[in-house]
Amino acid sequence: MAKLNVNPTRMELSTLKRRLKTSTRGHKLLKDKQDELMRRFIELIRKNKALRIEVEKELSASFKEFLLASSVMSPEMLEEAVSVPKETITVDIKKKNVMSVNVPVMNFIRKLEGDEGSIYPYGFAQTSSELDDAISKLYGIMPKLLELAEVEKSCQLMADEIEKTRRRVNALEYRTIPDLEDTIRFIRMKLDESERSTITRLMKVKDIINKEA
Amino acid sequence: MIYMFKIAVVGDKDSVLAFKALGVDVFTVYDADEARKTVDTIARDRYGIIFITEQIASMIPETIGRYDKEIVPTIILIPSNQGTLNIGMDIINENVEKAIGSNIL
Repeated sequence: MAKLNVNPTRMELSTLKRRLKTSTRGHKLLKDKQDELMRRFIELIRKNKALRIEVEKELSASFKEFLLASSVMSPEMLEEAVSVPKETITVDIKKKNVMSVNVPVMNFIRKLEGDEGSIYPYGFAQTSSELDDAISKLYGIMPKLLELAEVEKSCQLMADEIEKTRRRVNALEYRTIPDLEDTIRFIRMKLDESERSTITRLMKVKDIINKEA
Repeated sequence: MIYMFKIAVVGDKDSVLAFKALGVDVFTVYDADEARKTVDTIARDRYGIIFITEQIASMIPETIGRYDKEIVPTIILIPSNQGTLNIGMDIINENVEKAIGSNIL
């Protein structure tokens, strides 16, 4: 039993009662928050895992193609071919509040310049077809990669928040609330005790007065 | 307010060159010092997402860890052309363990 270090007075008793009420309410709210966060997190982390497996597989395939491309083309040519991209990708990041966790919401803006028909930023004369394959694969992966970025960041932020919330819930449940309850009980007993001692004292005084009379 | 962020890829040249064709800014680095400097510079320079190869990321865990709690930039690990080191997957599992207490996946 861990009793708080307070004076056993009526004043203190009512303060502690108020604190206990707030703590219980806070505990309930935090517990609800934790449950809901957990539910969303589990949903999201499953998606995260599936996405990552997919992205990693497709990326390695694309890298393989690119490796082939670099083996048939000279490095200078290769670099020249990709160095002036036709497309620009920017991302618009907004914050979304999910159970007091700020998670990013990302909107991707892909802009193609020039003719819309082809995604390749180079002419076909001096490049190999392997490079085309690699680029087109990578082009296809990009949306997934960007989605992965959003999901993974959200998961990371939520995991931190869940940990924090759990610590708070546990501190309230196993420390603050029992301590307050114990202290309240202690003050009650102390007050009762002093009341009883007042009564006995009064009775004794009355006895003495009666005897003298 | 619409605030546009750029996207960067950091890694060894062979892995990241292909991204250049897609209009993503590419930074080639080879050692830890260079990587650290590059990541810190571009993190301050309005880059919203930084993709970094696992090979490079494994050299500078503390730099990456610094941006864990920030929304911007988001640092995402990708495998390099030598295959994956499974660090990205480990991070997911770590998050699960941190949040739930045991690995349920």
